[in-house]
Amino acid sequence: MTTQVTPGPSRVHVRTTINGNSHEFLVPPYMSLLDTLREIVGLTGTKEGCLDGNCGACTVSLDGRIVDSCLVLGAEIDGKSVETVEGMATSEGLHPLQQAFLEEAALQCGICTPGFLVAAKGLLDNEPAPDEHRIRHWLAGNLCRCTGYDKIVRAVQKASAEMA
Amino acid sequence: MHPFAYEAPGSIEEAVALLDKHGDRARPIAGGTDVLVQARANRWDLDAIVDVKNIPELTQISHYPDGSVSIGAAVPCYQIYEDQKIRDAFPGIIDAVEMIGGIQIQSRASLGGNLCNSSPSADGICPLIAYNAVCHIAAPGGENSHRDVAVEDFCTGPGSNVLGRGEILVSLVLPNPGDNFGAAYERFIPRNEMDIAVAGAGVSVKLNDAGDTFEAARVALAAVAPVPLVVPAAEAALVGNSVSEATIEAAAAAAADAASPISDMRGTIAQRKHLSGVLTRRMINKAVERARG
Repeated sequence: MTTQVTPGPSRVHVRTTINGNSHEFLVPPYMSLLDTLREIVGLTGTKEGCLDGNCGACTVSLDGRIVDSCLVLGAEIDGKSVETVEGMATSEGLHPLQQAFLEEAALQCGICTPGFLVAAKGLLDNEPAPDEHRIRHWLAGNLCRCTGYDKIVRAVQKASAEMA
Repeated sequence: MHPFAYEAPGSIEEAVALLDKHGDRARPIAGGTDVLVQARANRWDLDAIVDVKNIPELTQISHYPDGSVSIGAAVPCYQIYEDQKIRDAFPGIIDAVEMIGGIQIQSRASLGGNLCNSSPSADGICPLIAYNAVCHIAAPGGENSHRDVAVEDFCTGPGSNVLGRGEILVSLVLPNPGDNFGAAYERFIPRNEMDIAVAGAGVSVKLNDAGDTFEAARVALAAVAPVPLVVPAAEAALVGNSVSEATIEAAAAAAADAASPISDMRGTIAQRKHLSGVLTRRMINKAVERARG
């Protein structure tokens, strides 16, 4: 039995920094950053939800701005810096947001959690003391379908207080 | 999804040549928040995606001495609403770029992309019309091949526009609105954020020095016609008349009358016509407030 291989467009050479580490790889030009992270880099913390920019489950930080990685091409991150949920904890322990999510039970099934954590970090990195309205507005691009949002907002408020 | 190649040219000439070469089988991409979703939905079979974010003219905001501003077609929403000069001089644009998508989308999505996607429900197009913005378009045929098209003449139907083969939107130029000018945009959505307009209204007014008479006006409606809808009858109802409840109500009635929406999952014809009147009235009042400073 022979497998027919259809020649596709050339893969793209990418040099990038992910969670502070240098990476260099070839990526199919049509592959999303989400799939690039999961399938080529091997970082599966970033989750796929809706695949059209509504749910925020795939949120990562790209050069310091949160983005939906399903709506970025892997080829676009050449020369850029990406932060994922895997970059939040250090050898010292969990990030205060991760600790607060645990303590406030701000997760249930967990699929939305990496996106919420990265998005919330994007807020607190720039605005250490956001009020509840600001937190809810900032996290409007992240959907949770089991825990509900109150516990998540409380966790972000708790982390904000502890990081102050 | 058809497997496409990724091109990231550094100049307008290269981008135009690539788009000209591929025709319908290539699309430019800025934030990708519409193009990638539609490519995955097989709206087109693409051989190439042309990333325009390495082209300086498409990624810069330029403020000119005459008070006009040029916004590169690929400048993301957040760079627009973080630009203090645009906040001060063009608050009606800020109304829109702060409400398109959520924070993640605003990191990527551009005002130029919002226009080129040419959805009747686009939040960015009506306020551009209110500011009499002009599209600077580059075309195949060398460095000096370009044309200008008023934003109100850009869209030709749902998802279609005047861009021809190889043409690319370079920038949006907003003239200095001058004194006694105010503009505002608002939409109706059933959620607080992250939704598509059921109806929207972008309005601008220019008042006399006393601030009690309309000297000029623009009224454009979103999501109530196949293209963002300019309403000359509503503009005419304002111009030359005093700033009064009766004048504003007449313009709002003209907007509701001109709206020719469809019924769909987001709203009915009756609801959208009603909303067109309500939003027009509110945006005229807000524009007047801003014009009076």
